[in-house]
Amino acid sequence: MKKTTLFFRGQVRRALVLFALLPFVALSGFPVSSARAATTELTNVSYDPTRELYEQYNAAFRTYWKNKTGADVTIVQSHGGSAKQARSVIEGNAADVLTLALAYDISAVEKAGLIRKGWEKAFPANSSPYTSTMVFLVRKGNPKNLKTWGDLVQSGVGVITPNPKTSGAARWNYLAAWAWAHQKYNGDEKAVREFMSRLFRNVLVLDTGARGSTNTFVRNGQGDVLLAWENEAYLALAEHKNEFDIITPDLSILAEPPVAVVDAVVDKRGTRELATAYLNYLYSDEGQRIAGKNHYRPSNPKIAAEFANVFDLNVKLVTIHDPLFGGWEKAQTEHFNDGGTFDQIYSR
Amino acid sequence: MKRHSAKRIIPGFGISLGLTTSFVSMVVLIPMVFLAVKATGAGLSGFLQALVDPRILAGYRVSFLCSLAAAGINCVFGLILAWVLTRYKFPGRRIVDGLIELPFALPTAVAGIALTALCSDKGWIGGIFASFGIKIAYTGTGIVIALTFITLPFIVRTIQPVLEQLDRTYEEAGRMLGASKERIFLKVILPELTPAILTGFGLAFARALGEYGSVVFIAGNMPFKTEIAPLLIMSKLEQFNYSEAASIALVMLAVSFTVMFGINCVQSRAASYSKG
Amino acid sequence: MNKEIWIPRLLTAVSIAFVLLMLVLPLVVVLAEAFRSGLEVFLRAATDIYTLKALRLTLTATAAAVLLNTLFGLTAAWAVTRFSFRGKGVLSTLIDIPFAVSPVIAGLVFILVFGRISPLHPFLEAHNIKVVFAEPGIILATVFVTFPFVARELIPTLEARGTDEEQAAALMGAGFFTIFRKITFPHIRWALLYSVILCAARAMGEFGAVSVVSGHLRGKTNTLPLHVEILYSEYQFTAAFAVSAVLVAAAVLILTARNIVEHIAHKEDDLNVR
Repeated sequence: MKKTTLFFRGQVRRALVLFALLPFVALSGFPVSSARAATTELTNVSYDPTRELYEQYNAAFRTYWKNKTGADVTIVQSHGGSAKQARSVIEGNAADVLTLALAYDISAVEKAGLIRKGWEKAFPANSSPYTSTMVFLVRKGNPKNLKTWGDLVQSGVGVITPNPKTSGAARWNYLAAWAWAHQKYNGDEKAVREFMSRLFRNVLVLDTGARGSTNTFVRNGQGDVLLAWENEAYLALAEHKNEFDIITPDLSILAEPPVAVVDAVVDKRGTRELATAYLNYLYSDEGQRIAGKNHYRPSNPKIAAEFANVFDLNVKLVTIHDPLFGGWEKAQTEHFNDGGTFDQIYSR
Repeated sequence: MKRHSAKRIIPGFGISLGLTTSFVSMVVLIPMVFLAVKATGAGLSGFLQALVDPRILAGYRVSFLCSLAAAGINCVFGLILAWVLTRYKFPGRRIVDGLIELPFALPTAVAGIALTALCSDKGWIGGIFASFGIKIAYTGTGIVIALTFITLPFIVRTIQPVLEQLDRTYEEAGRMLGASKERIFLKVILPELTPAILTGFGLAFARALGEYGSVVFIAGNMPFKTEIAPLLIMSKLEQFNYSEAASIALVMLAVSFTVMFGINCVQSRAASYSKG
Repeated sequence: MNKEIWIPRLLTAVSIAFVLLMLVLPLVVVLAEAFRSGLEVFLRAATDIYTLKALRLTLTATAAAVLLNTLFGLTAAWAVTRFSFRGKGVLSTLIDIPFAVSPVIAGLVFILVFGRISPLHPFLEAHNIKVVFAEPGIILATVFVTFPFVARELIPTLEARGTDEEQAAALMGAGFFTIFRKITFPHIRWALLYSVILCAARAMGEFGAVSVVSGHLRGKTNTLPLHVEILYSEYQFTAAFAVSAVLVAAAVLILTARNIVEHIAHKEDDLNVR
């Protein structure tokens, strides 16, 4: 028996050594990157359709920064659904700058204590260097003759939109439709709600994200009209030249994708100057043109005018700050949170 | 105590159990406790509310029914597949055998996109059915297909080893006594396979219940119709509502746990039965 | 109409049809999409710097998952099958839990434990330990989803062997490592290899759980499956499917390895019987 105990001790010792070594074995696989990269690396956490935009912009900014300071900078990009990206930052993803789809998502990061109050005014134009709007993508020749939001509720029209619960784009187009109905029915809320119900009765598929919806409409051939970001619609058009048309409705919403510096992160890493310069340069003529080339509407009217042949600049656009919506905080609670108007459409 | 130590002649009890428990606590137990704490963080009423909301109930219903259907389909075809792979020799058997784990290796999102492309009314399979007026993608059928794809390996791979190790002397005895093939299968082989089939069914069901990545592409995600429970978790998270998300998660986990526990009971009973 | 002939034929036909429909067709779709724009586009996507970085991370995570889960599987199988103790049923079920947890939740729990919203966060922050949104988190999530694979495979094998040989050896004074090396290991080595290969296949393809803890930092915390999703979301359908095809190729390699292993194992078993 004694022998067994002795043996046992030896085993325990060996096992403990093994166990203690495990984390090192696991960690040795990758270098610790935090110390080395402190000043020259910038992490931009963005949303889904901005990849091309930031790929081009990052190259431009690197050159600009090199000429200005002589220093090289590496920019790490992250793309995903806007709210999901905001959540990852709240949960500890160390982003220096956020470039998301809607202000509500950045406000959530602010509420978590990572961004200081007043970020909306930290940069020009409500901190939105480029804007976009919601348009209809229809099949070539517009066979159902869909011109504006009212046409979408006719019976037999199949509508594809992402789910407002999980997609920023979907929230924008929900509000655009709401604004149109509000104007049409002179603010009669009951009629507006009835309109929204009819609209969503025509919705065939509620994908979780904008790209899922585009795929459902473009590749899998579902529905007659896709409610999409303007830039997204242009991308689809570029890929399938003769299959679709873009229809800009007479009234839509001004989507302002905002940008912000994440104060808690830049202060810790010492990247504030770089992060601020990075976002500021989005407003430079070069930055604005890159945005325009990627089908985002430049916030600088002079540069925007250069793209007048691409964008329908005459469309009437309501903003989220319109008293009808009263900002994202209010709109989110009223329409999209549990029990909001969107849920009521589907409540039984 | 004495009885126990008598049984532990084999060395390594302390270390192996110690290591196992520490592994299990680190990887499984502690995270689950955090989940439970989060779920009840908003108080019990918040937790209960997540249980009775009609939309969430509808989500559970879709998830449960589709998972049941997928696991059921796989029981039938998985059994046939396992049988054919172990008993018959035919050209390409190794290839078919090697393909079974494909759903494990294909990222679920890719599987979902590929299946949707196949099953939408413009796709190869969906087009055929569409001409008969049957929709596959964006309906419950689509969800069942995605789940069947994802869970196929679980059932085949639990039945196959048992079939391989099955003692054929009973079958031969049955045949010599003049029993028909069907009778031998039903009375001799099937009872031996039942625990494995149940295990496979349970694993497949539990896996299907939690599946998200592939289903969201093919489901259509219409509330009350094709909205699955994991999607509801995601939409709660989108609202930064961690506690309700955790509540739904906990309910699903409890169901899965019960199913798995049931399987383990069946298994251990089968083990003791065969030994006794 | 001979039953002896047509039943096997029918069943084989049904099986092959089912496999073709459920497994081969989706695979064909993936490959067709991957090569839709020609080989050049496929190669460019497959050798893109970010694809390669993602591949490296996927391989790291897979290796770590296989290593840890093999160690765990061996100890767990040893504890559960060689000894009887109270709470064995619960322990077995706990081992199985990762099979049953939705990948979405699997990622979420690690965020709850290690993320900024966790009560542990101040401690982790103070010691500059990054778990989630960094490589350790990805490894952890991968380990979690593949946790039961090795144990699940070894437990039935060991259970079926019984403990007589080990007991005899222990009574004769053999130590733990001797017993394991000389008696237990030869019986389980094929099961072990088989399970390791399964574990690797599953680890490579994991998407849901990893997606939650990754943060999607391009070139840093993107695994191959995540890279596929990102490419897809970026409108690069061909590239997305090309990278999937790379994953599928890796999986096919692994599964072929498994089949060879199995083949050898069967041969050896046959020899042993004779």
